[in-house]
Amino acid sequence: MSTDILNEVTQTDYKYGFTTDIETDIIPIGLNEDVVRLISSKKNEPEWMLEFRLKAYRHWLTMKLPDWAHLNIPEIDYQSIAYYAAPRINAPKSLDEVDPELLKTFEKLGIPLHERMALSGIAVDAVMDSVSVKTTFKESLSELGIIFCSFSEAVENHPDLVKKYMSSVVPYTDNFFATLNCAVFSDGSFVYIPKGVRCPMELSTYFRINAMNTGQFERTLIVADEDSYVSYLEGCTAPMRDENQLHAAIVEIVAMKNAEVKYSTVQNWYPGDKNGVGGIYNFVTKRGICKGAYSKISWTQVETGSAITWKYPSCILLGDNSSAEFYSVAVTNHHQQADTGTKMLHIGKNTTSHILSKGISAGLSQNSYRGLVKINPAAENARNFSQCDSLLLGDKCGAHTFPYMEVNNDTAIVEHEATTSKINEDQIFYCNQRGISTEDAVGLIVNGYAKEVLNKLPMEFAVEAQKLLQITLEGSVG
Amino acid sequence: MLEIKNLHANINGKEILKGLSLTVNAGEIHAIMGPNGAGKSTLASVLTGNPAFTVTEGEVTFNAKNLLELTPENRSREGIFLSFQYPVEIPGVSMVNFMRTAVNEHRKYKKLEPMSATDFLRMQREKKELVEMDNKLANRSVNEGFSGGEKKRNEIFQMAMLDPMLSILDETDSGLDIDALRIVANGVNKLKRSDNASIVITHYQRLLDYIVPDFVHVLYDGRIVKSGGKELALELEERGYDWIKKEVDGE
Amino acid sequence: MEQQYLDLYKAQHESIKKHSAKVMNNLRDAAFSQFEKLGFPTVALENYKYTDLKEPLSIDYGLNINRIPIPVNPYDVFKCDVPGIHSYLYFVVNDGFYPVSDPRNSKLPDGVIIGSVKEVATLHPELLQDYFGKLSSTKEDGLIAFNGAFAQDGFFMYIPENVILDKPVQLVNIMRADVDFMAVSHNLIILEKGAKAQLLVCDHTVDEVRFLSNRVTEVFVAENATYEHYKLENAHNKTTNLSTLLIKQQASSNVLANVITLHNGLTHNMIEIDVDGEHCETELCGMVIADKNQQVDNFTSIIHNKPNCSSRELFKYVLDDSSKGAFTGKLYVAKDAQKTAAFQTNRNILLKKTAKMRTKPQLEIYADDVKCSHGATIGSLDETAKFYMQARGISEEEARLLLMFAFTNDVIENIRIPALQDRMKILVEKRLRGELSKCEGCVICQ
Repeated sequence: MSTDILNEVTQTDYKYGFTTDIETDIIPIGLNEDVVRLISSKKNEPEWMLEFRLKAYRHWLTMKLPDWAHLNIPEIDYQSIAYYAAPRINAPKSLDEVDPELLKTFEKLGIPLHERMALSGIAVDAVMDSVSVKTTFKESLSELGIIFCSFSEAVENHPDLVKKYMSSVVPYTDNFFATLNCAVFSDGSFVYIPKGVRCPMELSTYFRINAMNTGQFERTLIVADEDSYVSYLEGCTAPMRDENQLHAAIVEIVAMKNAEVKYSTVQNWYPGDKNGVGGIYNFVTKRGICKGAYSKISWTQVETGSAITWKYPSCILLGDNSSAEFYSVAVTNHHQQADTGTKMLHIGKNTTSHILSKGISAGLSQNSYRGLVKINPAAENARNFSQCDSLLLGDKCGAHTFPYMEVNNDTAIVEHEATTSKINEDQIFYCNQRGISTEDAVGLIVNGYAKEVLNKLPMEFAVEAQKLLQITLEGSVG
Repeated sequence: MLEIKNLHANINGKEILKGLSLTVNAGEIHAIMGPNGAGKSTLASVLTGNPAFTVTEGEVTFNAKNLLELTPENRSREGIFLSFQYPVEIPGVSMVNFMRTAVNEHRKYKKLEPMSATDFLRMQREKKELVEMDNKLANRSVNEGFSGGEKKRNEIFQMAMLDPMLSILDETDSGLDIDALRIVANGVNKLKRSDNASIVITHYQRLLDYIVPDFVHVLYDGRIVKSGGKELALELEERGYDWIKKEVDGE
Repeated sequence: MEQQYLDLYKAQHESIKKHSAKVMNNLRDAAFSQFEKLGFPTVALENYKYTDLKEPLSIDYGLNINRIPIPVNPYDVFKCDVPGIHSYLYFVVNDGFYPVSDPRNSKLPDGVIIGSVKEVATLHPELLQDYFGKLSSTKEDGLIAFNGAFAQDGFFMYIPENVILDKPVQLVNIMRADVDFMAVSHNLIILEKGAKAQLLVCDHTVDEVRFLSNRVTEVFVAENATYEHYKLENAHNKTTNLSTLLIKQQASSNVLANVITLHNGLTHNMIEIDVDGEHCETELCGMVIADKNQQVDNFTSIIHNKPNCSSRELFKYVLDDSSKGAFTGKLYVAKDAQKTAAFQTNRNILLKKTAKMRTKPQLEIYADDVKCSHGATIGSLDETAKFYMQARGISEEEARLLLMFAFTNDVIENIRIPALQDRMKILVEKRLRGELSKCEGCVICQ
């Protein structure tokens, strides 16, 4: 492939790069105990929640930024970030009361906020900057006993559930960014599926950072009680800005006996421009626990955005016969950096985990898979299979694989395979010979390469994800 | 239709074609034969613009256009089709998706609207019958897990779909049993018209029992050293290539 | 832990230097301040994540700083040679080169020098000047720094341009002492352009005291040279082997390193092969058979700096009882190292519930036109294969042995010295059968 074409093709604009002109309630930049108290009071939180935040904040002060990832993280000034920003609205009762500008934003994003979009069959919670704006289908879901609401509402209306499960999977001391989130988190989604209920529709949250100089710190908690099932989707976008913005979220999943949770993410935060200016720093802690026997958690992620991604959706396989899956496609282009993967901790007997990771690096980007498979001494007959493939487009990017396998039981079978290669020129020529341009050929081949993972996504997301892959890679090959 | 004059080409600095000339007119079938390493497949690669090869001298015109200036995809869109000796596997990309992209790219080039999904499927169904291709193959990834015969049939199916002016069949008979050979050759013959042409590259004469050439050329050491009618192929079958090598090397 | 060695150095550095060579002393103080800064490695460091050195380093070892000759006749204690191997045989007792080479050794080809670093440093200082410490002194590692401060001698081998050594060189390390003992040595091996040599290093212990060996080996392989390095550990389980093998390859050279741990207490092998020329071939393999409380950690890296090279890495572990295995395989392909083909495999079998394995293959790739892969598995013996054999009348125990032997076989096949290959097959089979593979005269604990 000649580099001339590479130079000719210019970068497609980030499609979600608009900003919304909307009145925002934003607190001054900086972080101290008073700010933590202010956030809590703005949200009218009970005392126990404030205590939790302060405990986390005090612990955070003792922590250092982790440096083990294969990332070059510029120094982040935590005092120059605003920790709370909210579109100025007074809890809308119906959609008509929502600021029209805000509705326009979500329409541009293609999110069916309106109930007349019921045909699309997805219940949506939309989070802009720090607060949850509107959750659709809440009423029809509640007939089944399903709770799907913003985290703040859950604190208010379901304090027992929140108290019981919040921080039960990711403790407030877990890591630098998770602890920061515990101190300053603003909102997020809460899902509870009662015993024996199969959630009839996909639940979805769209996250949007809009205000300047703000960080977004949301947390999601999903609890699937015995014999229940839910599929949950998460999408993220942000405007194009020259400065970097911080996103540090927590997702916790609890799956009880026989429950199954599917969690899919299409992460498309603004990645910065082609010179590496701007973009979101995405530091996310996602973890699920297969608490009961025969429970199942499945993570699927398509990571195309963010300037820096630091993310390891993990599973604790505690229940006997529980299983976990991690399917990931991570694409990096230009100056993006991604260090992503998973941890599978096998504790229960007959537990199985499956990891499939497809990394695609282009431009000047660095893309790493990092994973841990740990078999505890009591985890009889544990099984893991991991496959990590990397595809390189261009000679200035890097692709790295850092798997860790720790096996403490002889009945375990743990297998790992990884390959790294460049895009196959014979395949491109074959497509060319059939009249398909190189750019389109790369799109086809990359989508084919990522297909196994894309197939795991719910239909609506799969189509979006395919387009995203193509857009992210535009201009990356010649 | 196609005129090649004094073509020189190399790969990694090694010269393979050393002054090859050939003219192909509409309605003709040309067979190119020759011993291993003579440059037969290189000719196919150079005509289709494989970037691994560098043309150092000579010219190629195709329907009055300078072929060598065109990108591989535009050569395809202009109507040159190569049936690959070793069709490439593209995991994860379904045949349907692949072919639809290709057909619509060709249409776009001719300033035609993209084909509707129903029209495309109908056309696909028709063309598949031509090579007696299994329906299941269309839903699989491009060439992945296909047997040798299936791959070659798939090449002819694609040829039918793209309806080229000039088709180049590179060792299409290699690795085929006699039934598959008959099916493939039948497909090629059915696609023959007075306004298109074919170049059949082969090592053995047996394919020419099925696809009858108007001209037979012997390629040796990067040049065409002998041309004749279909009887030349029979003579080669009988006497091998050594006598030609001797004739040439003796010069 | 470090303190006693810091004090020792401050009190004894004059004697240390007096009994060593100038080329070593030149780097000594710098190495010592590096050690002062780094201390001994702890599990907090990625390179030692799976090997805790606290216990073996807390033992009060004796060091032979004044180079008092150890009264030992290697022929009395060492009777295990490899039958039919015809080699140039040399001995190292603890960390000192045994001054007399085997009388049966035939004359070395012209220009070949084999001896102790200290001795060669006085006779041919120019040979060492450009090489000694060039690889080790750039490393940020507490054990290497310690070695730089305390090593007083080592094994030296020089093969001049285009000289092909007709027989392998066999170096037998014998550990012998009446008190717990620490041996610190620094070896240097140089192959000039087009040279060819094979080195077989065997480790043995003859006394029942605790030994710790800290050994650094630097190998320079010039253009078109071929070097084979075989290391066979067969020591008792109170032995701690901390070894560093650093190899630098120039263009079109060929290197094979094969490290086999048949028996030992705690092993940490750090192996780094720096491929710094085009068209090189590199093969790195190893095998570990461990039981009881043994611990073996192979920490390997292959660094491809130049294009058009290929490397193959293969490590296999069989872990029984409460043994612990660890493997790290780092494959690094630099930005300009296009057309690199690098393949790595690590396979491990756990025979008991209490055995543990940690494996960490790693690919770090900055070039695009490469073919790289790694595969790692941890599991137990293939039950269906075992059953198949039983169904053919083979006893379960014998079936297990056959499977284990088959499992380790491809590492043995990578030995390019036929007599050694045969010998290894016998030793491995004996080891797997639980029979002592000890050589007569060696002490291997039960």
